[in-house]
Amino acid sequence: MIKILKKYENSIYSLTAILLAFLVGAVLIHLSGFSVIKAYSTLFDGAFGSVFNLTQTFMNTIPLIFTGLAVAIGFKSGLFNIGGEGQMYLGAFTTAITAIYLGFLPGYILIPIALIMGGFAGSAWSFLPGYLKAKTGAHEVVTTIMMNYIGILTASYLLLKYFKEEGPIPQTVLIPESARLPELIEYSRLTWAIFIAVFVIIIIDIFFKRTKLGYKIQTVGENRSAAEYAGINSNKMMVLSMMISGFVAGLAGSTIVMGVLHRFITNFSPGYGFTGIAVAVLGKNKPWGVLFAAILFGALQTGGITMQLFAKIPMDLMVIIQGLVILFVAAPILIKKLLRK
Amino acid sequence: MNIIEFKGITKKFGDFIANDKIDLTIKKGEIHCLLGENGAGKTTLMNNLFGLYNPEEGEIFLREKPCKIDNPHKAIELGLGMIHQHFMLIDRLTTTENIIVGEEPLKNGLVDMKKAREQVKQISDNYHLAVKTNEKIENISVGEQQRVEILKVLYRKAEILIFDEPTAVLTPQEVNNLFTTLRELKAGGKTIIFITHKLEETMNISDRVTVLRKGKVIGTVNTCDTSPKELARMMVGREVLLNVNKEKSDVGDNVLEVKDISLTGKHKNLLLKNINISIRKGEIVGIAGVSGNGQLELEECIAGLRKVTSGKIILDSEDITHAPTGIRRKRGLSHIPSDRLKRGLVPSYSLAKNIILGNQDSFTKNGFLLQNDINKYCKEVLEKFDVRCQSMNDTANNLSGGNQQKLVIGRELSTDPKFILAAQPTRGVDVGAIEFIHNNILEMRKQNKAILLISAELEELLSLADRILVIYEGEIVSKKNNYTKEELGLLMAGKKVPEEEKKELENRIQND
Repeated sequence: MIKILKKYENSIYSLTAILLAFLVGAVLIHLSGFSVIKAYSTLFDGAFGSVFNLTQTFMNTIPLIFTGLAVAIGFKSGLFNIGGEGQMYLGAFTTAITAIYLGFLPGYILIPIALIMGGFAGSAWSFLPGYLKAKTGAHEVVTTIMMNYIGILTASYLLLKYFKEEGPIPQTVLIPESARLPELIEYSRLTWAIFIAVFVIIIIDIFFKRTKLGYKIQTVGENRSAAEYAGINSNKMMVLSMMISGFVAGLAGSTIVMGVLHRFITNFSPGYGFTGIAVAVLGKNKPWGVLFAAILFGALQTGGITMQLFAKIPMDLMVIIQGLVILFVAAPILIKKLLRK
Repeated sequence: MNIIEFKGITKKFGDFIANDKIDLTIKKGEIHCLLGENGAGKTTLMNNLFGLYNPEEGEIFLREKPCKIDNPHKAIELGLGMIHQHFMLIDRLTTTENIIVGEEPLKNGLVDMKKAREQVKQISDNYHLAVKTNEKIENISVGEQQRVEILKVLYRKAEILIFDEPTAVLTPQEVNNLFTTLRELKAGGKTIIFITHKLEETMNISDRVTVLRKGKVIGTVNTCDTSPKELARMMVGREVLLNVNKEKSDVGDNVLEVKDISLTGKHKNLLLKNINISIRKGEIVGIAGVSGNGQLELEECIAGLRKVTSGKIILDSEDITHAPTGIRRKRGLSHIPSDRLKRGLVPSYSLAKNIILGNQDSFTKNGFLLQNDINKYCKEVLEKFDVRCQSMNDTANNLSGGNQQKLVIGRELSTDPKFILAAQPTRGVDVGAIEFIHNNILEMRKQNKAILLISAELEELLSLADRILVIYEGEIVSKKNNYTKEELGLLMAGKKVPEEEKKELENRIQND
């Protein structure tokens, strides 16, 4: 019994943290003069209550899986990639342009190419912070944050200057049908992107558990001195892990363009890149942990909108609950004490 | 009076019994050594006393009253104080701030630093624990940091002081100072529990000794009634050969040649000066020196972890001066690092993952790790090198220090190397493990490996090495085949020692 508890220790702590966040959230909702029961029931209903709501939740979950994974991958080599947002924008932009200009290709060729191009765009963007870290020791948190602004604005600039559709809205033309990810349920935004996301989770999980390169990258993250002692080139591993991280962040943008928007639009993201950090923290930087954390945060996002529309409770309360979850996850000692009693 | 009494204390970690029905009494005002191999349960027992662990069975009596200590705060209130092996100090704060933290004297709601310094000064004068009261921890020596730890405990009015392997990090000089302090504390009526695995220290400092082995008490004896030999036998459960049997070996061609290497530090200071070493097949060359005289730099240069400023390193007739560590390893370098936790292991990794560290490329196919091969190999190495663990899925930080060292040594000796760089291979391990490690190093010599043994232990060098070089301030100051202990000691202390210190050193060596 104790052994089983030990095995799932992390999951138990995370679940308790989530529960606590909702409890404190309830107090706040009550203090703000709203009905707790109404708030949480519309929240739940909004996230999971109907097939449509469920598909909306998954639409929000998918980019968070990618951005969360991206942060987790960086962490494996001991780097904190906060540049997911910028990498995602460039991924989205590149995918849209690729799809539009190679629109003559059949879908089964175009879709993989457009995805991979989006990933490479993200990689290219994360390469620089990784390289600077390895060569000069420039802190990756600072450089990735700066690269976010440059990335988002570069994509906007290129769009407005060269690729903008006629009309008032800053967006590209629609990508061809052949480049759109097939819907799983008709007229919903739940597409094959979910399979791509799960596929990437599996790949990353295997990569770190079973491959030599994964072993080397993790060794650098766990103990850089030991890695160097073992003849592992830690600089190379850091740059590589940043590039893999950027690739996955780029895929977040690609799947949004190919599955949801069907074009590139400026300012399309409600901060998926940043929420990805929280997702990685809650998921304890484990690929499957990221999946569950992304579902939770996706549900909060979707349910929060319903709550605002139908129960007239401000969306901000959901953001507070997200914050509380992270706060409690980051305070494991508090949870341990509570569980012991 | 029995100030502490353990009655039937049992502490388990899973299926592993760390303390097995321990009965032990500590008398007021004595220095009591807890002697045992790494992993014998000494620290665990003290952690039970200090409220860091809760034992499953048994009772602890303090001042002849039964007493349940379930957290360190309570232990401190009851007059217990623990000086940990790894210091618990805040580098950026001053000595005084570190000592008073949590129990600051207040004046109008603010910390009264003047009073604090006075109080610290007073205690340090009482026990001759010299510390600079206004210096940051990062700027003081390890010995002084330890004195701060002791003051921290005394400031909290401890009557019973527990020292967990306090000499592991100290230089011989600092050890002497510590022992003086311990005697003064005893004279001041304090009770001292001293955890160690070193026989000489035990004989030197203690009034009584309790020997633990595999979680059980083997016996308690008066120090004056026992001998190092008897204690060693109690510790490991059999006769220990305090001297190793060294067979003749046929020396062959040069395997490693270090040609005239120098290393310049950050401030243009010379860390290594024109060092020349050559090692032949079947030969052990020893580097003797007091730690901090360039051994670490030499180790890192040979391993490829640091770039030499000038000179050449040749391994098996290939110039490896500019080759990265990975290439050197592939050419036959094996490396037992002086700092096993920093370099030699990934503490959060399983033993199986640690066993391929440095050799990760040999256990892969098409980029994938060969898990079955790794497990099989890991099992072999763990068995052959007697690494005691619950399973190879344990993380390395769950092993005791001696077992961690055996893991590193087992890994490095199992790769069929040409050259073995062994730096402080027995640092912080117990008598039984030392013998085991020495025999394994000699076995490598027999197999015609070339070995460079960097060590601060004179005994180790004298019994293992074929030739010894003495390093002092980054320079080889002497090389010879046969040294006496006295000669080595003097050379290690440098050419420019003042006469007085030299004499003191001579006396000390003779007393040994």
